Amino acid sequence: MRIAVVDESAARAAIIDEGLREAGLGDIRVFADRHGLAGRIEAFAPDVILISLANPHRDELEESFALSRAMARPVAMFVDQSDVAGIEASVDAGVSAYVVDGLRRERIRPILELAIRRFRAFSRLRAELDEARSALAERNTLDAAKHLLMTRRGIDEPAAYAALRKAAMDSGRRIADVADAIVTADRLMGTL
Amino acid sequence: MSLTPLRIGFLPLVDAALPILAREFGFAEAEGLDLRLVRDMSWATVGDRLLYGHSDAAHLIAPLAIATTLGLGRPATALSVPFVLGLNGNAITLRPDLAARVTTPGLPGDVTAIGRRLADLARAAPKLRFGVVHRFSSHDYMLRYWLLGSGIDPTREVDIVTVSPPFAADALASGEVDGICVGEPWNSVAVDRGVGVIVAVTSQIWRRGVEKVLAMRSDRLAAEPDMVARLIRALYRAGVAFVDPGQRDMIAAILARGEYLDGSADLIARAISDRIRFARGAEPIHVPDFMFQHREAANFPWVSQAAWLYAQMSLAGHLTPDPATYAAAQRVFRPDIYRAALRPLGVPLPGANSKLEGGITRPLAVGTALGRLILGPDAFFDARSFDPDRLDDYLGGFVTG
Repeated sequence: MRIAVVDESAARAAIIDEGLREAGLGDIRVFADRHGLAGRIEAFAPDVILISLANPHRDELEESFALSRAMARPVAMFVDQSDVAGIEASVDAGVSAYVVDGLRRERIRPILELAIRRFRAFSRLRAELDEARSALAERNTLDAAKHLLMTRRGIDEPAAYAALRKAAMDSGRRIADVADAIVTADRLMGTL
Repeated sequence: MSLTPLRIGFLPLVDAALPILAREFGFAEAEGLDLRLVRDMSWATVGDRLLYGHSDAAHLIAPLAIATTLGLGRPATALSVPFVLGLNGNAITLRPDLAARVTTPGLPGDVTAIGRRLADLARAAPKLRFGVVHRFSSHDYMLRYWLLGSGIDPTREVDIVTVSPPFAADALASGEVDGICVGEPWNSVAVDRGVGVIVAVTSQIWRRGVEKVLAMRSDRLAAEPDMVARLIRALYRAGVAFVDPGQRDMIAAILARGEYLDGSADLIARAISDRIRFARGAEPIHVPDFMFQHREAANFPWVSQAAWLYAQMSLAGHLTPDPATYAAAQRVFRPDIYRAALRPLGVPLPGANSKLEGGITRPLAVGTALGRLILGPDAFFDARSFDPDRLDDYLGGFVTG
């Protein structure tokens, strides 16, 4: 079975590609470059096309599939329209599949399930990375807020941190949020 | 008060302004809604999220709401449009060398004369190729309407392909297409890069052309009338704010933000103040009603607008007209829901559901349930008008070879 993976993210495409290969799921080709995409996919003649929901070229591809349907190469979307749970899982994971009409559902299911799992794994990785980044950003904000308190109020760092912590506890907010409010207020007010 | 979460899918286009402003200016919150905007990069994905419950409503090209309801291209799911997010705001941009042969680059021209000159070029080989954002888009139908009215058969004499708006300028630059019909800021991006010249804006083709709508699944709309009414009121107030010239710079700055259009505030400000730079190096020119987001009950979902779109879909060969699907297409637009939501605000509400499209030549006072409402000229460039009750006569009036 021929599977086309269309993905602007080379990292994610690699993760899916690897998964499909490990599962021995067939002849796989990854398409990353937009140029002449529809034509190249058509030349590959895949049975299944996996594409990220975030891909900006879905409308162009659907149009070309609609045209090729007219040329007797029918394509259905989302495997099986009666499989509501399957569709929702796909949308949830951020992957859509286009499948050549007439391909049996049992043959598609493992591919789509694998793609969904791989997409989820990729999202988890990215979420963890985002979390790490935002933790770093919070750290920087906290330092900036401490610095503001130290210069404005002439106190040392432990005292500045204690003031932040007390303000957070008193108002039932996270220290990071209090620090963010101080930095934002400073930007808005300037040096009053 | 706890807020009801409500997700709206959108594409990064200037005419996604009203849902964005309903959130940013606090109108949604004032109605008890926690509006969350879900940005996507293709109409296919905006549609999938709406159909499979990943969004509650969507910023959508009007014909796609009708196509989805009728099951064109994928299984039918009934959608409803209780609010129009804006009229026009699109343009037709040609390769600079081609543009120079049909118009005076940099200046708005007479679209009838430009169309005729384009028709002469279109008959000379090779076949011209145009990019539109989607088969079922107002861009596609507005381009086709202009070509057809200029004596070009849009189905046989040119190729019309789909190009994602952010890549439209690239497609012009690489010669993949000879012209594009897309929304702002994408024409301006092509102009500023020097790879395209705007030859017409869609308001010159139809002064009051329906463009983006707020679409919801019909079952959701029926199940939560109160939530829908609150959303419509918030969007209406956003419309009032949008047309306030004093807020323009702030609005452009908000729309330009990374989570919304992620683009140039300057280009966006040009579009929302109806100033269009037709060619690189030319001064921006004020084009009245380029984008028409709120005045004259622009947000009212006229059933006759859905009917007009159905007629164009039929002319394009995208459907075969019959009374049942015509009625179903018209039922997508829901003026009753719009009126029910806005009645408490005491704003003028059109009394009729349908009108003769293209029939207004000078400002006309129309019947309202409340207050005074004057509609400005809504002419088509070819002076044709559309009576939704006479679809067959209308379609018969076109010679499509």
